[in-house]
Amino acid sequence: MATQSQTQSGTTQPVLTRHHAIIAEFDTPGDAIRAAEQVRDAGFQKWDVHTPFAVHGMDAAMGLKNSKVGWFSFCGGALGLTTGMLMIWFMNGFDYQIVVGGKPLFSPLYAFPVSYELTILFASFATLFGMFGLNRLPRLHHPLLRNRRFLGVTHDKFILVIETADPKYSESETRKLLEKTGSKHIEMVEET
Amino acid sequence: MAEETTIKVAAPPRELEREPLVLNNRSFGWISDKIAGIAEGKTAKWWWPAFIISALVMTMMFACVAYLISTGVGVWGLNNPVGWAWDITNFVFWIGIGHAGTLISAVLFLLRQKWRTSINRAAEAMTLFAVVCAGIFPVIHTGRVWFALYPGYLVPMPNSNSIWPQFRSPLLWDVFAVSTYGTVSLLFWYTGLVPDLATMRDRAVTKGRKFFYGIFALGWTGANRHWRNYEKAYLLLAGISTPLVLSVHSIVSFDFAVSQVPGWHTTIFPPYFVAGAIFSGFGMVLTLMLPIRTVCGLQDVITLRHVELMGKVVLATGSIVGYAYAMEFFIAWYGGNPYEMYAFKNRAFGPYWWAYWTMVSCNVICPQLFWFKKVRRNVIVVFIISIFVNIGMWFERFVIIVTSLHRDYLPSSWSYFVPTWVDICTFIGSFGLFCTLFLLFMRFLPLIAISEVKGVTPQADPHHPLGGAKSGGHH
Repeated sequence: MATQSQTQSGTTQPVLTRHHAIIAEFDTPGDAIRAAEQVRDAGFQKWDVHTPFAVHGMDAAMGLKNSKVGWFSFCGGALGLTTGMLMIWFMNGFDYQIVVGGKPLFSPLYAFPVSYELTILFASFATLFGMFGLNRLPRLHHPLLRNRRFLGVTHDKFILVIETADPKYSESETRKLLEKTGSKHIEMVEET
Repeated sequence: MAEETTIKVAAPPRELEREPLVLNNRSFGWISDKIAGIAEGKTAKWWWPAFIISALVMTMMFACVAYLISTGVGVWGLNNPVGWAWDITNFVFWIGIGHAGTLISAVLFLLRQKWRTSINRAAEAMTLFAVVCAGIFPVIHTGRVWFALYPGYLVPMPNSNSIWPQFRSPLLWDVFAVSTYGTVSLLFWYTGLVPDLATMRDRAVTKGRKFFYGIFALGWTGANRHWRNYEKAYLLLAGISTPLVLSVHSIVSFDFAVSQVPGWHTTIFPPYFVAGAIFSGFGMVLTLMLPIRTVCGLQDVITLRHVELMGKVVLATGSIVGYAYAMEFFIAWYGGNPYEMYAFKNRAFGPYWWAYWTMVSCNVICPQLFWFKKVRRNVIVVFIISIFVNIGMWFERFVIIVTSLHRDYLPSSWSYFVPTWVDICTFIGSFGLFCTLFLLFMRFLPLIAISEVKGVTPQADPHHPLGGAKSGGHH
């Protein structure tokens, strides 16, 4: 894939810098969504739309399925509940048994409040770490963040990015496709 | 776009029109500039005096705590039978204040109340700092503080006799509830901050700012594939935090309700405490946000509509609290237990009658003014009422704790609690700690959720003409 793009660009200009991606800038979420639909239909895989906030309807426009974060939360919660129950059973019902007020040594009822809190605690950590894990974050460096124009994403711009590593990428065709979407500004981002 | 098509969208009928959440059709860029600017520009003139005073007051608290620890709890006014007094009052007061932050960030999110976006960040910060203030009191009230932190008493580790903590006690549940609450609030707050930290990073001009905001933004690029997981995680965290916030104050109320003390041993406590917590928290949010709104010129983001809506929440929760006060009395009479009846008569007409009626005036009568739209939209009046709510809710905890304890079963044990200067200075000092943390927060972090506010503007909606829609909605 990388070789293909290199040979293609090599015919037009001498390759001095390798490119990470081609970016197209839009001013409104509506424009970005319509562009995303076209890129999705063209069959690209390594591409994304960067936006200042979560744009409603963008997932469908990009053809993305439901996020899998929920599974992490569920497993975290189940682990928390089990940990709480086992911990309390071990401490008060097994390792050092103390009878308090003639009550049973272990009962899931008195163990519930603490286990409930641990369910929530573990589920929260699992959700957060699961989300960052799925996003491959934290990342200390990203080629896109080197690009001045790209910084507009956290301000008010909507930027569609197609990586050069995408199997469908071709320097001239992809640029044409992006021009057709009506982007006002298209540029290449260097690999750094 | 090459071909500009003008679309005409019929305005909604007048009665369905709502005041916009961001006034004056502000652009995305304006929202970034305005909110990030507060943390970026030169330190405002009022900030330093405010910070120095807060820091001094905070220092006073630490001095009092040092005096308490080095001398013993005798420096406080509490004694038998009033074993809990201002310490636990302050604990419940602060933890209650925190609840509004989580309510705004989690419950209002689940209920799709978009107006929360203007206040949720600051309210969550308030939650965190309130939990910090709250956490100090139960630890220092143990007297020998090192035992509270020593394994085996609060932390589940075997103590010197290899005995584990006793999990049947609501006091231990409280340790787990409050520490979970603090941790999850921090996680939720930080999750919300990540996209805004990226904004701060991308706007930063100095190397130091670039570095620190860059580290904490975790490499966020606003990719939609990331937003997809992020939004789901945020929704889940909101869903997880909602039962959490309800459980925390329920468990705090168990500290009282599970005991046998007349005036404490009531089943109404969990819902009553939760409603009171939300009530006091919204009071504090208003007390904090109204001056900030004026000083930082945020009237376009925190609009009168926001103030009005918060007033309505205060009215609703204040009325629930008033109902709970009445119901407590009814049940004391209906239950037929003479000790219970005595405890309540004594609350309203005994030696602490003044505290009880301060509580009723501030919590039940005062918020009823919010039935009037003119009052809800008058910022100064709302601010004054919010102060009364804060005072009233502190007195509520004082009344519950001290009036129930000061009459024991034997009249020979009866007493009257009077705070000492250490009690008073520690409590006032906790406000110093709270304000110091809050001032630092608003100096260095965006105090309104930038990306979320952008998301609720009309131009953020791809199906709105301002958002770039070419034809009407096509879902």
